[in-house]
Amino acid sequence: MSAPILPPYARSMGMVFDHDENGSPVIAMDFSDRNTGRPGFLHGGAIGGLLEMAAFAALHAHLDQQGIDADIRLKPVNISIEYLRSGLPQRIFARGVVVRAGRRVANVRAEAWQSDRDKAVASCWMNFLLAPRKVPVEG
Amino acid sequence: MTEDKGHAADVVRLMQEGTFAPAHWAKMMTSHGHSGFLDMRYVAHGDDWIELALPWREDLVGDPETGVLASGPIISLLDNCTSMSASARMKRFRPQVTLDLRIDYVRAAVPGKTIVARSECYQITRSMAFVRGIAHDGDITDPVAHAAGIFMLVETPNWVKQ
Repeated sequence: MSAPILPPYARSMGMVFDHDENGSPVIAMDFSDRNTGRPGFLHGGAIGGLLEMAAFAALHAHLDQQGIDADIRLKPVNISIEYLRSGLPQRIFARGVVVRAGRRVANVRAEAWQSDRDKAVASCWMNFLLAPRKVPVEG
Repeated sequence: MTEDKGHAADVVRLMQEGTFAPAHWAKMMTSHGHSGFLDMRYVAHGDDWIELALPWREDLVGDPETGVLASGPIISLLDNCTSMSASARMKRFRPQVTLDLRIDYVRAAVPGKTIVARSECYQITRSMAFVRGIAHDGDITDPVAHAAGIFMLVETPNWVKQ
């Protein structure tokens, strides 16, 4: 699996591809002023943004394994985030799992954690619309 | 870090004050950290609602092919805006943490346009604030996103780290 290409938002937030875990990318983000919410803690929106990137990356990897990633445009439909613990001033990781990817819709779950993999900081489910890319007409 | 400590001390002082001015609070909270990085701005507020804005910026784009803003900044905007609407309704600030936040992305935001979020707190119990919000890029009847969330009101003395 090749490393996912992260969009400008993810790069400016300091999100990076950390490693691959069973075909699904783990995205990481270091604590910084850019993602601080109340003083001393990660911002919930930044955690949400990281979960989304992990969900996008998991779905891209899944579609890539089927050889159809280049033909499909992913449009986020909705997301529901559960905040389970305060985001501490440390590196945070997130990984998505594709629950189902059909022809039109994909359902993805993602989880974020810090020093202890078994203690999730936040989790989400996210739905995507899979839109075929318009093939340019020749001539 | 000195500036951060000063900000943390300001937050604690405002929490301890009996009076609460949503505009002042919102301006202070959006001028630091993640909200400051996103350049969030206070727009207006009422008895149980508040409006914040987020200007479009190239480095916040989610899809370089189209220039459409990533949804991450919209989550952050709605998180802050819905949270502050709870303070507007309570007329004081009580430490709170996001329990759950759901966002429907109704349509893609138009590249280059500022996103405005308007959120209201429609119910408060002893320990929870129930909130909803809309994000739009100029016309509230043609929303970009819709949010529903719950904040837990907490008493922790360590809500901020000084």
